[in-house]
Amino acid sequence: MSDTIAIRFNQVTKYYRRNTSLSFGLKHLMLNLPKHMEHMAQTKRFCALKDVSFEVRRGESIGLIGRNGSGKSTTLGLIANVLRPNEGSVKTFGRISSLLELGAGFHPELSGAENIFLNGILLGMTRRQVKERFREIVEFSELENFLEQPIRTYSSGMIARLGFSVAVHLDPEILLLDEVLTVGDMAFAEKCFKRIKSFREKGVTIMFVSHSPEMVTSFCDRAIWLNGGTVARIGDAKTVCDEYQKTMVG
Amino acid sequence: MNIKMRNGKSWGMARFLEYYRDLTLVLLQKEFTVRYKNTALGYVWSVLNPLLYAIIYLFVFKVIFKIQIQNYLLFLVSGVFFWQAFSNSVCASSSAFIGNSSLIKKVQFSRECLVLSGVLNDLTHFILSIPIIVIIMVFYGMAPTLDWLWAVPFLLTVQLLLTFGIALMVATGNLFLRDLERLITFLVMLWFYLTPIIYKEDMVPAALQWTKFVNPVAGIAINWRHLFMGEPLAPLLLGSAGVWSAAIFALGYWIYKKSNWKFAEYV
Repeated sequence: MSDTIAIRFNQVTKYYRRNTSLSFGLKHLMLNLPKHMEHMAQTKRFCALKDVSFEVRRGESIGLIGRNGSGKSTTLGLIANVLRPNEGSVKTFGRISSLLELGAGFHPELSGAENIFLNGILLGMTRRQVKERFREIVEFSELENFLEQPIRTYSSGMIARLGFSVAVHLDPEILLLDEVLTVGDMAFAEKCFKRIKSFREKGVTIMFVSHSPEMVTSFCDRAIWLNGGTVARIGDAKTVCDEYQKTMVG
Repeated sequence: MNIKMRNGKSWGMARFLEYYRDLTLVLLQKEFTVRYKNTALGYVWSVLNPLLYAIIYLFVFKVIFKIQIQNYLLFLVSGVFFWQAFSNSVCASSSAFIGNSSLIKKVQFSRECLVLSGVLNDLTHFILSIPIIVIIMVFYGMAPTLDWLWAVPFLLTVQLLLTFGIALMVATGNLFLRDLERLITFLVMLWFYLTPIIYKEDMVPAALQWTKFVNPVAGIAINWRHLFMGEPLAPLLLGSAGVWSAAIFALGYWIYKKSNWKFAEYV
């Protein structure tokens, strides 16, 4: 059965400790020690996901929608295996790639070319693999003339291009997209969109997080609507997005 | 042999080692390139900086306090270069994880490489400054001995393990208690004065002689100095340094591994 499943959430619950006393710093801790002891004893927790279960089939594109704080990022973090659930289990089958925020995994003082290597390796490629794909990456980014410049001289659009170009030359089986297509100019966004569609055609499982129901409807087969840490709806992208939009307006 | 990676990705051992090497090297290369970027003197700083410290200590302790140590400048240089590498790594490690929060929140990778690359960067600078120390030695009429062939690699290894272990603890600890970042610069300074670098271990009162075996860094510092001053090595201290380093590395790595999965929540 796991042959056809890419991601499986089984009754996943994830808490965050709210305002961990330690993150206040030592001074606060010392000054309020009795209060903190009490505080830690009852550990106020914030429930980011509550009893969430779903399955994503291999090759499926699934949208994740919901308001801020509904648990979308937590879900992505659990899939990327940077977070662990408190209860339940998260299973993934296949190599995972995440697209990073603008400029993450880059160093401003390094040149564009150096940053392609840095970013590519941080995202899981070996140096050899980056080298093999280097020309393609550069061509895709259309930044041939700026490769030797430190990227602190780049505009944010150019940095986004470079980051995206590296990321789409990874070889993922599961791709996590977090609100990324909104950067860069229209033409480049179109190009990225095409590239992601070709991933889809190759059978890559895609999880697409977005605030925009339109994007999800146009791109995904199914959608999950998260509300307050629970699955409000799951099903056909259009149906779920329509319902989501209704509650947004009403 | 297969290593079951995070994300259920199954990599061969060879692919894993190749990747691990590439990750460490690319991060090291970044650190190396970035350190003196846009400075006029560039690499010269990594020699000049400890040298300037040595000159300050020379002035304070030789000229003012009239300390009774022969060849005091060479004496200082033999310890201060090592210490700079060690303390730079430890102090810089507090931001190794925090400074890469956007990565840590999104991707799972061997994050210890973030710390390791910083440590290797300082170690590389230290290795590159050994010829300068040798030049100063020659100036004082001394030369490297055959002992160097085994003692230099040994001390470098021990130094790497100790520094990496402590740096891992600091980098990890700072995620959970940000005060560590402020505290560590003070602690490192305190540690400097507790280690025989500007004074000789024989100057420590008899009742406190045991401290050099309890101080994990003393064995390394003392033996580097003996080496650079053409004096016989202290085997007992080499042993204690080796044991301490292995233990601290193991502890640091264990702490890191134990809390690694919480990083994304705290960073």
